[in-house]
Amino acid sequence: MSIQFGRRQALGLAAGLATSGLAAPLVARAQAAPVKIGLVALASGPAASLGNHLRDGFQLGMRHLENKLGGRAAEVLLIDDELRPDAAVTKVRAALERDKVDAVVGVVFSNILAAIMRPVTESQTFLISTNAGPSPFAGRGCNPYFFATSYVNDQNHAVMGKAAQDAGYGRVMLLVPNYQAGRDSVAGFKSEYKGTIVDEMYTPLTQMDFSAELARIAAARPDAVFTFMPGGLGVNLVRQYRQAGLANIPFLSAFTVDEASLPAQGEAAIGFQTGTTWTPTLPNEQNARFVRDFEAQFNYVPASYAAHAYDAAMLLHSAIGKTGGNLADKAALRAAIKAADFRSVRGRFAFGANHFPVQDFWLAKVAQRPDGKFQTEHVSKVYDNVTDPFAAQCRMPAG
Amino acid sequence: MSLTLLLVQGLNGLQLGILLFLIAAGLTLVFGVMDFINLAHGVQYMLGAYFAAHFAAATDSFWLALLLALPATLLVGLVLEFLVFRHLYDRDHMAQVLATFGVILILNDGVRWVFGSAPLQVPMPEALTGGFPIMDGLLYPHYRLAIIAGGLATAGLLWWLVERTKVGMLIRAGATNAPMVAALGVDIRRLFMVVFGFGAMLAGFAGVMAAPILSVEPGMGDNLLILAFVVIVIGGIGSVRGAFLAALLVGLVETLGRSLMPDVMRLFLDPSSARQVGAALASMLVYIAMAAILALRPAGLFPVRTA
Repeated sequence: MSIQFGRRQALGLAAGLATSGLAAPLVARAQAAPVKIGLVALASGPAASLGNHLRDGFQLGMRHLENKLGGRAAEVLLIDDELRPDAAVTKVRAALERDKVDAVVGVVFSNILAAIMRPVTESQTFLISTNAGPSPFAGRGCNPYFFATSYVNDQNHAVMGKAAQDAGYGRVMLLVPNYQAGRDSVAGFKSEYKGTIVDEMYTPLTQMDFSAELARIAAARPDAVFTFMPGGLGVNLVRQYRQAGLANIPFLSAFTVDEASLPAQGEAAIGFQTGTTWTPTLPNEQNARFVRDFEAQFNYVPASYAAHAYDAAMLLHSAIGKTGGNLADKAALRAAIKAADFRSVRGRFAFGANHFPVQDFWLAKVAQRPDGKFQTEHVSKVYDNVTDPFAAQCRMPAG
Repeated sequence: MSLTLLLVQGLNGLQLGILLFLIAAGLTLVFGVMDFINLAHGVQYMLGAYFAAHFAAATDSFWLALLLALPATLLVGLVLEFLVFRHLYDRDHMAQVLATFGVILILNDGVRWVFGSAPLQVPMPEALTGGFPIMDGLLYPHYRLAIIAGGLATAGLLWWLVERTKVGMLIRAGATNAPMVAALGVDIRRLFMVVFGFGAMLAGFAGVMAAPILSVEPGMGDNLLILAFVVIVIGGIGSVRGAFLAALLVGLVETLGRSLMPDVMRLFLDPSSARQVGAALASMLVYIAMAAILALRPAGLFPVRTA
């Protein structure tokens, strides 16, 4: 009797609670739960400093936004991809399934992006690359859940091809590491450069001394040298190029002299040229604030890895604000991201149909600032509001 | 390819060979005398460069940095010997390879932890900046000449130490028959420690010398270590003289191959495939040379006669 009574009472109580509001606080709590962002930033290995730029750029964005994205509290989950695709996939899967992140942001290297592309987008989570931009994802492999705030990798090489063409260099010599990205770099440069390529030199990725190649350059006496030597390779090449007295031959490059490598290249890099989407000197209000606060906070000059990541934070803020904090309606969120209704440190910024930026590209030169630090400074606009050449191949599937 | 360019490339090859010798000398002694495979030897080279970067920033002088970095690498070598390697002398080669590989991982991440992962630079000593015009439009940096001179001087010193001093005699005896040397009442453990510390310091010296021309970064010794092993295998394990000649040979083959191969291939192939095949062949050339030498002389060029 008492048991029956108890059960009936319990049922009644439960029914009453269900209708009158126990579920309501749960909904409210879900709404108030922080937005979780998985930030994939390389933190180990020789290239970790690029990941540090990326991480610090995004973190500065979050600080400027007072750790809120579109009015909702936000939480950043740091993921070190270790530059190993298998490790990246394992960690990103854990972030998706265990931590239930609402978006994945970051990624320095293209091979890591390629590895996590499917796991992230297939779980219908938005993936925003702040650096890696392999051309397949801009063309046939474009994806409704993927955006890039950076560029298509090939564009930076093509920019220098066009810059060399515009400068009227008749004979150019190319020097790149002997791997896929090196060969892509040569192809990108050649797509815009119509002059004579005196020679193409391919060096092993592990080669640190370029004296043999520098002697060949001196013997061939080209009008300019174009190179793509990321990270430590670029530090070695730039210093040895200067030491060999070759600096009177214009040094054109992509991903070789930037604020991540300049602290180690120093004076040797002054006057060397690079193609880029952004420099610390671009004259707009957001950029001035970004660079000033970044240096105050982290005590080094930001590179484009940091700038693109900062933009990604601002982009997410604008998009989540537009949907009123609702992350469940994917189509609405996608439209809000695509609108790119934020003020970029690059000035003008819009997404093309393939979710890659339509933007300006600059020829920039390395200079030393009055305070002794080194930075790239924009010289001239090479591409004006350009769409990448792969966008035409993209047939964006409906989400 | 003009004769001057060939000479320049020869000089470049010589300089690489000298750096390789400084690393390989310690490696061949440790391997030859103690029968100990030390994969962590390249780490000593990296530490030398990092110490140079650190002390150069602190003292503002390359020479002071060199002076301080040498005892520092010596100390690290001795500490490693005491803590880790000493316990591995009696184990088989596989255990040594595993343990010393672990040391590589720990120290590579250790320097990242202490100095950060961004590459560092060491300014050239003031007196050696600049270069002399070696061919039209190309300067050969004075500093690179200093590396060659410093390396040759070290090789001479090493030859004198090994061939003309009592410690050197014991080392040669140890390379031939270590148990016999111990039986004659020599403290072989202490001898091992001296050899080990000295080898570590030589690699550190190479790192200091390389720091002003190469970027100082974690893992910078790993690639050179492979070449250093090629050198000691070609030269004959345990032989300093063999290591010297083999290092110069490897340096020249590596540099001249890289520079000449694409041109040689152009005689047979069209330019674009010649470049690809040439680059690929050039990176194999050292190993092809090693295979050829080992086919003719299986114990290397100057094998140490073992009992």
